Amino acid sequence: MHRISVTVNGTTREGEVEARTLLVHWLRDSLGLAGTPIGCDTSNCGACTVLMDGRSVKSCSVLAVQADGSEVTTIQGLANGEWHPVQKAFKECHALQCGYCTPGMITAAVDLLGENPDPTEEEIRHGLEGNLCRCTGYHNIVKAVELAAGEMREAAK
Amino acid sequence: MTETTEAGTAQAGTARTPAIGSPVRRKEDDRLVTGQTTWTDNVALPGALHMGLVRSPIAHARITGIDTSAAKAMPGVVDVFTAADLGDDNVKIPCVWPVTDDIVMPDFHSLAVDKVRQVGDVVAVVLAQDKVTAEDAIENVVVDYDPLPAVVDMEAALADGSPILHEDKGTNQCYTMNFPCGDYEAAKAASDVVVSRRFINQRLIPVAMEPRAVACSPMGTSEEYTLWSATQVPHVLRVLLALSTGVPENQLRVIAPDVGGGFGSKLQMYREEALALVLARRLGRPVRWTETRSENMVATHHGRDQIQDVEIAATRDGTIKGLKVALTANMGAYLQIITPGIPLLGMFMYNGIYKMDAYDFSCTGVFTNTTPTDAYRGAGRPEATYAIERIVDELAAELGMDPIELRRKNWIAHEEFPYQTISGLTYDTGNYEAATEKALELFKYDELRAEQQRRRESNDLVQLGIGVSTFTEMCGLAPSRTLGALKYVAGGWENCTIRVLPLGKVELVTGTSPHGQGHVTSWSQIASDVLGVPVEDVEVIHGDTARSPYGMDTYGSRSLAVGGQAILRAGQKVVEKAKLIAAHQMEANPDDLEFVDGAFRVKGDPEKSTTIQAVAFEAFTAHNLPDGMEPTLSGESTVDPADFSFPHGTHLAAMEVDTETGKATLRSYVCVDDVGVVVNPLIVEGQVHGGIAQGVAQALYEGAVYDADGNLLTASMADYLLPTALDLPSFVTDRTVTPSTTHPLGTKGVGEAGTIASTPAIINGVVDALRPYGVNDVPMPASPEHVWRTLQAAKAGGAA
Repeated sequence: MHRISVTVNGTTREGEVEARTLLVHWLRDSLGLAGTPIGCDTSNCGACTVLMDGRSVKSCSVLAVQADGSEVTTIQGLANGEWHPVQKAFKECHALQCGYCTPGMITAAVDLLGENPDPTEEEIRHGLEGNLCRCTGYHNIVKAVELAAGEMREAAK
Repeated sequence: MTETTEAGTAQAGTARTPAIGSPVRRKEDDRLVTGQTTWTDNVALPGALHMGLVRSPIAHARITGIDTSAAKAMPGVVDVFTAADLGDDNVKIPCVWPVTDDIVMPDFHSLAVDKVRQVGDVVAVVLAQDKVTAEDAIENVVVDYDPLPAVVDMEAALADGSPILHEDKGTNQCYTMNFPCGDYEAAKAASDVVVSRRFINQRLIPVAMEPRAVACSPMGTSEEYTLWSATQVPHVLRVLLALSTGVPENQLRVIAPDVGGGFGSKLQMYREEALALVLARRLGRPVRWTETRSENMVATHHGRDQIQDVEIAATRDGTIKGLKVALTANMGAYLQIITPGIPLLGMFMYNGIYKMDAYDFSCTGVFTNTTPTDAYRGAGRPEATYAIERIVDELAAELGMDPIELRRKNWIAHEEFPYQTISGLTYDTGNYEAATEKALELFKYDELRAEQQRRRESNDLVQLGIGVSTFTEMCGLAPSRTLGALKYVAGGWENCTIRVLPLGKVELVTGTSPHGQGHVTSWSQIASDVLGVPVEDVEVIHGDTARSPYGMDTYGSRSLAVGGQAILRAGQKVVEKAKLIAAHQMEANPDDLEFVDGAFRVKGDPEKSTTIQAVAFEAFTAHNLPDGMEPTLSGESTVDPADFSFPHGTHLAAMEVDTETGKATLRSYVCVDDVGVVVNPLIVEGQVHGGIAQGVAQALYEGAVYDADGNLLTASMADYLLPTALDLPSFVTDRTVTPSTTHPLGTKGVGEAGTIASTPAIINGVVDALRPYGVNDVPMPASPEHVWRTLQAAKAGGAA
């Protein structure tokens, strides 16, 4: 067993984990942060995407021990008093249906906009390529990211 | 939009904006975008045992021995069961649609008895204190198999000498259905042109983003079992589990909490659900299981998988005389809930929107050593639409006619509705002309045809193809008597109860079971208009047999088409009762009251009025009700639909095909759908987008592939090609509105339309691009390899 300390959604969390424990299992099973779902076992779907030190990672592809000392933000820690602009835009644009891919899709979009505040449609599609959605055909997800980008640029002025 | 009427529910003289037709943002989303979700895997059950399923790695084999001792000896393993250990608890998984009198219906046990017949078949179940231990223990169950030859090809399975899956039945043929309508041979004899094709509607894997999960607790608040499942059908599941396990139905509560997509794949009573219940009963402890994605690919049912031999006969002027369809449909290794019925849901739809003198349909169901097939988005209708829309394009090519022109010549004209089709259905309404005109304009059809001509003349390496699909489908499954006539064992009604609570808030209890469709929002909009209350004052209760005891659940684009009628009627009953109370209290004749914007007013006396909320409080105190009236204000309705509804639309795809690499790219997509009256345009557009994506996926990307030994080669997301954001364009969607006349709200259903329409549009586009090279079909998915090989074969002079 290995002792780890991770700042999760702003709070320092410590735990004993097996070397093989995945970050997503630690978040869900040990910390009870069940807002991050699991959609596959081959790191293709991206449903479990979280932010680690500000960058999006698929938490099924990170060992919990690798997260030791880092800052992790999940969908449940993204709102800071009020919803993140990407969360708002997803609702506004009907960018989700069943909602299972949504936590990963939103966190991936937050990272994408951190890197590129004014992406083209092509860049958005490219940036979200690692996150699968089975309901929306991505059409409204692209619209939502465009809307959020505009809102965030406006807020940054 | 071409609005022919507005929704029928808004009251005359209303001042408020009707909620029906408004793009209300979804109530569901607040939890979903913040991670406050209750997927079945998130349900906390202290002390629950975790099931681990020992699955067969071999497609066809006799089980000669199972040694569970090593697994049982592991710390944390509570028990391990085989079929022999379970005895009577090894319940059979039901099929509720014996489509013919002489259908072969083999046993399908929760745990395989003596033989396995597909990769993923379950031979033993482990119960452990945690999930990791359960998974480790699976590896320690030693199963001895005596492998048998497997058969995955349908025609090989029907041939003499084939390995037989169910030896007690002596055949791999499940059933043959014949459905002749009119005299096809006479129609063919009266024709100048006959075009035949063999289309392969390949096997697909549904891949809802949430894998399946089940949790069962024997420790409810009374003598009952509570079973949570990632299911589309909590009500159907309760009936089937009670029938199968002997747990009395009134002691079984089934809950579908947040469910992450289904597309038909969660319309089932799965063996894992049965096992969770019988093991919870046997051990007196909660039992749970969550599917891994790798399990999902082999253990959750698949869709499609038909060989379609199609022949169309027409006169030289392009008048379609007859259509002949002979299907061979892959059942997989076992029959699940409605496996044999899926091809027959398309039986009435192969004639599509066209008039003809004769139609001859037949279908043979076949067992193979593969995962069972069952409902997948569209369920029989995508296959039908694919065949008819493809063959009509082939006929157009044969006749040298524009595909739109040929369709115009043969479709049912809008003034001919209601129209009884050759297959016997009566299409109530439709306007194919309006939808097509609008689509052609948005698509810039003529400009694209000109560009296509230029590229052909210049021998451009990238050719342009234009794909047309003018589809219709049947929604609103279904009038119960019709289902009975088709030997389906259940009805097709839907139920709703609406309660106005003492303080004026509304509870709407529905028997539909959403898993992404936004029912909470749309149902609130309907109730809002019927009752004249704000949308946000309506709470929708669903997916729990204890809270919504009656329901037929969600599949087949039925929820609004059928459930919407029950909402409307339940709301009307509330208003009818409230009106009697209001009249009594205002000392007026009920006939002198009008109900506008949630208020009862005495006509001609605007001072005298009361609200429905105030009436609800009066119904609660019951101090002053009409003599003999029962207190409380609620209305319940169970509606059996009068008929199916028939959405239609025109979908157009511009395909660019690289003739050197075989890569087919969807450049633009335009669709104009007519789904009748729209309750929430935002949600309807979302359904169309997602539907198109799944249909495009069948055309270009997806396909389940087995090797000759029955191993699924596409058994993970790494191998089964699901489209990403980069693989699809934005879509141009629009609507015409021709309200259904058989449904009081005028709605038709939209959940599957995009999937049904888009697959033939894409393939017609690919074939159209390559037609000058002699190509007249492309196998799906139209991957670069398939397109390239087809093109090489055509160039070499062989038919594609």
